[in-house]
Amino acid sequence: MVKKSLERLYIILIFIFLYAPIAILMVLSFNQSKTRSKWGGFTLEWYRSLFANDSIMEAFYTTIILALLASIIATVLGTAASLGMNAMRKKPRSILMGITNIPMLNADIVTAIALMLLFIRFSSMGVMEFGFGTVLLAHITFCLPYVILCVMPKLSGLDQNVYEAALDLGASPVYAFFKVVLPDIFPGVLTGFLMAFTMSLDDFVITHFTKGAGVDTISTKVYTEVRKGIKPEMYALSTLLFVTVLILLFLVNRKTVKEQSGK
Amino acid sequence: MSKKHLSIPYAVWMLIFVLIPLVLILFYGFTTRDGAFTMDNILSIAQPEHRKALWLSFLLSFISTAVCLLLSYPLAMILNKMSVNQNSFIVFIFILPMWMNFLLRTMAWQNILERNGILNRILEFFHLPALNLINTPYAIVLGMVYNFLPFMVLPIYNSLIRIDKDVINAAHDLGASNSYTFRKIIFPLTLPGVMSGILMVFIPAMTTFVISDLLGGGKILLIGNVIEQEFKQANNWNLGSGLSLVLMLFIVISMIVDAVCNKDEEERSLW
Amino acid sequence: MAKDKLIDFVNISKSFGDNVVLDRLNLYIRENEFLTLLGPSGCGKTTMLRILGGFEAPDSGKIIFDGQDITSLPANQRALNTVFQKYALFTHMTIAENIAFGLKIKKKSKAYIDDKIKYALKLVNLDGFENRRADSLSGGQQQRIAIARAIVNEPKVLLLDEPLGALDLKLRQDMQYELIRLKNELGITFVYVTHDQEEALTMSDTIVVMNQGIIQQIGTPEDIYNEPKNAFVADFIGDSNLFEATMIRDELVSIDGTRFPCVDTGFGENMPVDVVIRPEDVVLVPPEEGIVKGIVTSLIFKGVHYEMDVAVGDREWLVHSTVMEPVGKEVGIQVIPFNIQIMKKSSSSDEEVMKKDE
Repeated sequence: MVKKSLERLYIILIFIFLYAPIAILMVLSFNQSKTRSKWGGFTLEWYRSLFANDSIMEAFYTTIILALLASIIATVLGTAASLGMNAMRKKPRSILMGITNIPMLNADIVTAIALMLLFIRFSSMGVMEFGFGTVLLAHITFCLPYVILCVMPKLSGLDQNVYEAALDLGASPVYAFFKVVLPDIFPGVLTGFLMAFTMSLDDFVITHFTKGAGVDTISTKVYTEVRKGIKPEMYALSTLLFVTVLILLFLVNRKTVKEQSGK
Repeated sequence: MSKKHLSIPYAVWMLIFVLIPLVLILFYGFTTRDGAFTMDNILSIAQPEHRKALWLSFLLSFISTAVCLLLSYPLAMILNKMSVNQNSFIVFIFILPMWMNFLLRTMAWQNILERNGILNRILEFFHLPALNLINTPYAIVLGMVYNFLPFMVLPIYNSLIRIDKDVINAAHDLGASNSYTFRKIIFPLTLPGVMSGILMVFIPAMTTFVISDLLGGGKILLIGNVIEQEFKQANNWNLGSGLSLVLMLFIVISMIVDAVCNKDEEERSLW
Repeated sequence: MAKDKLIDFVNISKSFGDNVVLDRLNLYIRENEFLTLLGPSGCGKTTMLRILGGFEAPDSGKIIFDGQDITSLPANQRALNTVFQKYALFTHMTIAENIAFGLKIKKKSKAYIDDKIKYALKLVNLDGFENRRADSLSGGQQQRIAIARAIVNEPKVLLLDEPLGALDLKLRQDMQYELIRLKNELGITFVYVTHDQEEALTMSDTIVVMNQGIIQQIGTPEDIYNEPKNAFVADFIGDSNLFEATMIRDELVSIDGTRFPCVDTGFGENMPVDVVIRPEDVVLVPPEEGIVKGIVTSLIFKGVHYEMDVAVGDREWLVHSTVMEPVGKEVGIQVIPFNIQIMKKSSSSDEEVMKKDE
């Protein structure tokens, strides 16, 4: 009994540790005082002024569009790659999986400067300048492994006969893929997409090194503001974003729970 | 067209954006600004301030990894015992904080740790002496543990839930006590998860420059900070690349250790 | 006589939530017996084994082992070992390490352990496998290692939870003989769980047929097959013709209105009963010599015999015979009285059938 309550307490403490900073940021978004260390009373002002603040809203749009584009492209490219790899023999497949692991295991800063050096080459060759495009390429690159690592296990768990049965019944390979294979691996594809989206959204280091002047995501904007003090609208924006995700995930979760219990 | 060809675009992508950039680091690391071969960039790690930064990075990330492991293993065991039917829920709870910006989350620790911060007020309430943590290496360790804890918990939890309950029953059946079963069966079977967790915590902790920036007050330089400054402020890409190569040595060593421990599993499972 | 009872389950009950898995169950197991718990999935047989092994605790009742109450004794202190359904080998260890696991805990000497490993591997016909990894073996080999790992500890009882379930037919048959040989060589008690009636009939000294947490019948394979106590047992063991019938008086039963002489007595007069007739006991004769007449509606060649369906009115009789009768032919049906098994109607099955000859 005592052991059980100790275990409970331990879990609660860990979750306080993980979620305390988030609670603080939420509180700060309602803080009248502009300095973060003093409580100046409750206000909703920052939520109002947020939408009038062009530079923050622009960073927000950039962040979302970047994350969406990067995760969609990575999901398509990564799913196709997983299908291909699944059909390969062991040797070439493990080589490709090894390369997939590089950006996963490598330090962000090394990946970031490596890409920066590449983009310096690009720019000196006149291929492309630092800007939104370079950040997008970089984000796709580090999102790809997440997609592949989510899709591959689903594929190897898939009964090859199912696909062959579809072909046997007269389906074209493309039709068989969309009707038979994709529904089975879809949970993996979706998880991969969500992981990629989350990673892109939360990234700072790689964006920091690969962005050009004038392009800012929420992360890089916060970083430049660290010295002069974070604008309270930032807290409001992150709180909104966080709460939105929370509600969305809650709804999705309830729906799947309902569907499962309905079966 | 065979199915294999579907992975060609990906292979080309990885060649251009992963392999070639790594070659570029190698190239810059071994050359001067004029393109002549040199070892100076690499050897500059021996300079006192670089050596100090590298050593401090190693020390702090080592401590953070150890703390993460000590916190995570019992946590994962408790979570496993609670046998929540939806293990995606567990993953979700640890991933969720990432939806609040990483820099802001780390900065929020300033509010907790600073002189008149939340922690000291709590200590004051209990009539305990105040702690001066902000802008010290302790704050950096705390920031590392905070940010990377999920990457330790999830792989361990994942390897725990995959152990067949009858394997543990079999050990008891053959006379093993609880602690013996843990040492000889459970822990060895979770070793791949532990190794993967160590890797996922140690490497980002060793190479961070943001956490030390935000919680170290700009006074404490880790090797990540040195490299960042060479690239973003001094524009000395060659020196920056040289130092990165030294850093990569650590990464490669840990990856080899991981590969040896995980040799049975061809595919790395995420968590 | 007391020594004869090695294990005694006394009034064991167990529920998972609202689901009653075992209901006040009593059973004893003799020393040196090959006892099989047989029943459909969900009948409580595996739960019973797990309670004996110490992996589940009963809600009420107790287990006596060798004269001692072991109900609350943890698994690691019980003098019995289990062979798990999916083998549960330690995949991070070699075969030798797997087998040595229990012996190392008992702090046996290295020479003793090495000896035992050799002996056990020889016993299960896997000499020389010491340094192989557990996951490099086939299913049948893993099965043997699981057995070897258990028996080196010299348990008084070996518990086997559907150990052959995952093997293919040929291997399963080989392993059945192997298990009988092992039991005879080791001279210990086997408690075996299966849903496969053929397996149970082949290997057991005693079969315990279970359904819905209740023991339906306990007996030798011959008893269970030839004299099933109720319709469930008759239906579960082997093929059978099962009729709801009426006992006219002693030694005369009416099946679908036709009177058959039988040998059973003591059921009263005009009482509803269940009747089982094994298909090999149905004799086909020329129409005029039969007790009833029917028409052959299907014929299948089964190797050892022919399997035929004979329609008698609305009723299909299943017949096994080495003599073939073509489909459409009219035949007579004859059953000798001794082969008609009369059973009390199982109105409610919660009446426990006690061990035979007790």
